[in-house]
Amino acid sequence: MSSKTVMNVMLAFYMAIFFGFLFGPLIVMGISSFNTSTYPQVYPIEGLTLTWFEKLLNDRDMVYGMKNSLWIGMWVVLLSVPLGLAAAMMMSQIYSKARSFYYVIVVSPVLTPGVIIGISTVVFWRDLTTATNSKFLYDGVFLAVLGQSSFISAYCMLMFMSRLNRFDRAQEEAGLDLGASQTQVFFHILLPFLRPAIFSSAVLAFLSSFENYNTTTFAILADKTLTTVLAGRVRQGTTPAISALAVLIIAVTIVGAIIYELVKRREDRERQARLDAAHAAELRELESIEKATLHA
Amino acid sequence: MTAAVEIDHLTVQFGLFTAVKDVSLQIRQGEFFSFLGPSGCGKTTILRAISGFQEPTQGTIRIGGQDMNGIGPNQRPTALIFQNLALFPLMTVAENIGYGLRVRGVPKAERDRKVGELLNLIALSDQGNKKIEELSGGQKQRVAIARALAVEPKVLLLDEPLSALDLKLRQHMRNELRAIQRRVGITFIYITHDQGEALTMSDRIAVMNRGKIEQIGNGRDVYEHPQTSFVASFVGENNGFSGTITKVSGDQAEIETSVGRLTGLNKKSLAVGAKATLFVRPELMRFGAQGENNLAGSAADAAYEGMTTHLTMKAPDGSSVVATLTGAPAREFPSEGSAVSFAFSTSDAIILPA
Amino acid sequence: MLSSTGHPFIFLLPVLAFVIFWVMAKFEPKPVGVTKKSFFERNGTPVAIYLIVAVAFWALFMIVLPQLFMVEMSFRPKLPPVEMGGPKDLYTFENYHYFIYGSTTSSDAINWVHIKAFFLTILASLLVALFNFALCYPLAYYMAQAARPARVRFLLLLLIAPYWVNEILRAFAFRIIFSSGGLINKMLLGAGFVDQPIDFIGNDIALYAGLGYAYMLMMIFSLYNAIETLDHAQIEAARDLGAPWWHIHSFIVIPFAKPGIASGCTLVFMLSAGSLAAPLVLGGPRSLWFTPILYDRFFQAFNWPQGAAYAFILLLACVSFVLLVLRLGRLSLGEIAK
Repeated sequence: MSSKTVMNVMLAFYMAIFFGFLFGPLIVMGISSFNTSTYPQVYPIEGLTLTWFEKLLNDRDMVYGMKNSLWIGMWVVLLSVPLGLAAAMMMSQIYSKARSFYYVIVVSPVLTPGVIIGISTVVFWRDLTTATNSKFLYDGVFLAVLGQSSFISAYCMLMFMSRLNRFDRAQEEAGLDLGASQTQVFFHILLPFLRPAIFSSAVLAFLSSFENYNTTTFAILADKTLTTVLAGRVRQGTTPAISALAVLIIAVTIVGAIIYELVKRREDRERQARLDAAHAAELRELESIEKATLHA
Repeated sequence: MTAAVEIDHLTVQFGLFTAVKDVSLQIRQGEFFSFLGPSGCGKTTILRAISGFQEPTQGTIRIGGQDMNGIGPNQRPTALIFQNLALFPLMTVAENIGYGLRVRGVPKAERDRKVGELLNLIALSDQGNKKIEELSGGQKQRVAIARALAVEPKVLLLDEPLSALDLKLRQHMRNELRAIQRRVGITFIYITHDQGEALTMSDRIAVMNRGKIEQIGNGRDVYEHPQTSFVASFVGENNGFSGTITKVSGDQAEIETSVGRLTGLNKKSLAVGAKATLFVRPELMRFGAQGENNLAGSAADAAYEGMTTHLTMKAPDGSSVVATLTGAPAREFPSEGSAVSFAFSTSDAIILPA
Repeated sequence: MLSSTGHPFIFLLPVLAFVIFWVMAKFEPKPVGVTKKSFFERNGTPVAIYLIVAVAFWALFMIVLPQLFMVEMSFRPKLPPVEMGGPKDLYTFENYHYFIYGSTTSSDAINWVHIKAFFLTILASLLVALFNFALCYPLAYYMAQAARPARVRFLLLLLIAPYWVNEILRAFAFRIIFSSGGLINKMLLGAGFVDQPIDFIGNDIALYAGLGYAYMLMMIFSLYNAIETLDHAQIEAARDLGAPWWHIHSFIVIPFAKPGIASGCTLVFMLSAGSLAAPLVLGGPRSLWFTPILYDRFFQAFNWPQGAAYAFILLLACVSFVLLVLRLGRLSLGEIAK
């Protein structure tokens, strides 16, 4: 056997183990959600049923937690995307000697353990709201949004930074040259250019917020989100209803991914059509020039 | 009449590097004026200074008589065509052209009317709704020009706009640009390193080198009557023979070079002993006859270009001398290495400071 | 002992930092001829205000000040709300004392439980990081250098898919498998290796397995991004010159991918050390993991200052680890942040 075949066999073996390890637990969980036994198990399969899904949807706490998670997710997007954009724009304009100091500060939330962000958010706002008599602000949803946004804004900032790097400054100058003010350039030229980054950082922000546990569990105070309810349920005891939730989430994300892929493919097709049109126009242009010079 | 653009002792420095050194000139209203020079000569810097993107270190720029000091690019009566055009890719053709009007608060109906007029001017009347990505190179050029003309600038600045196009298109666009300029009557300031472009399009040319203006004049002046050695060798092809002036008589002089004694016109009134270079255009070099100045050497190359043939001769000092003939068959040139001689008249040669 | 009126002072710190930089910028010698447009000119007033307000709010009120307040709280004693700010509210080390000695006053016993948990957490997180590196490196290399682009896209999709599922659910999946009636025990019993089901959860094996699983994606992406930028021609050249595969990896690929390896290991380490969901779901009653202990300080013992102290200890551990990795690999922070 040649060394190349040995390598290929080893590679296949490794991939099998790797993806087995990666997907195994999830498949087990998925199967257990359809199994009639009250304790989630894969073997033996006592019977197939959808009762666990029904139990899930009737679980009032879960439903409440889900609504709260969606609400918080929305606010996190509305806060993190503008913050991330501002931070990214500031990065290129800040006094150069302060730049690495600034960078460390804004990237630090990404590197800080989520629990610490949750704790520090609660501590700070408790003290601040007591000192300024604004106790109404000391609320689980408010704190969860702030705590999560502190590091989610950093994700958004990184995405905006990479998009900004590809911005052709000449367009900004063209806008100015035509008489636009800096503010107009920002809204007419820069923001439309950033639209893909705005969209993808919004999606990232929402998903990160929705599935966050470490920070939320401290910041949410007495309130609940889907993840905290889930953690509570899992600690109390295991039922296949939880597996059912996992299956639902996977199903929703697969549908989302398919939609995204379809939309992207359509955009790519449209773009290709435009480039083809340009190419055709170039050929026609050259032809007409040739004809003109022949008659001249 | 007030000049369209007045540049008064303009100097631009970047740290220790001086890009533009004490440049003064006036550009007339309605003129097609070009800055010609190699890359790094400062022409782009001057353009950016006029349009307001570069602050002068010293000196003044006046447009229509008004001092531009402290006035930002969005308030100057200029419009710039960028080298990469910088069209707004997310807007349609019509939106691009109308952008300058939009930011000035021109109402939509009026804006659409003006955009329509400009689309007709650039012969893209039915393409208003296309995205920029769908256009050909030449079409994009025209959109860039229309976008600039929409704001009715006093001066239109063009930064080597044709350098990205291929040859035939470039030549076609030269004529288009010239035609548009004549029709609209605005002052055009054009920068390029391609002297063919400068010569065909411009009313006047400023030849620049290393931040300084070498000469300003129309195409004929710059080509046939260069004032400095740089201009003589940069604009078009030229044969240059360096040496020292040995005799001066009237408007002619004799110069001792490494290929012998040559005579030429001494318009700059250089004195005996001055270091100078004598220039003769290849098309004024004669082959196969005797003249007032004769050069002997060995045949090196005959390059046939269709309309012209370039004959290269190797002089005894190792340098090459080129004679360009029109319509002459290459087969008359002797084989490589055999003896040949070129000749030129004194009145066809120009002596300039070294 | 200092009375803890530290709050106004904490607000001053960032202001001081800002003033220092502003003064430095003002007195920086400007090179000749370069025009420095003011910040407000460059962005237009509305946008400039937006930038300043947004960045100041985020950096100060969401990042710096909360951390400073938390650290400050860790040096305060536990008092009922009425007595806070009063005469008993003095700065003290008693919370850190508790961590080491198990009580705020006596130094007789050592708080073995907490100290052991802390070091075990650090060690285990380190091992998890190394395990993930060993596990993910081959795949990352394969995807970055050897596989065709279409296949890479497919593999990426395959890799991301499991991580759409919440970490709690993923930990739960492991619980199902490792429980006494779960898949692994059933297989072991059925094959006759053991007579009784093994309590994987009680002896933390389930926890470690779950942690090894939880953050694989981070490691793969870090490694993949780093190895991807390596010019394949270098590897081919080395192979041409006769270098064996282990040589190529040790001396060409790995040194090149150092930033990616560092960032992957750092991320996995910190996510593991700060992991809360996995220990809560997979940990047994006697599990020693630091973060749940931290959680308990807040929600069982209701001792916030102590919790703050423990949080600060965890933070110091993470920061030290990052600095150690940066120093060992001779890297800068910018290189490892993705």
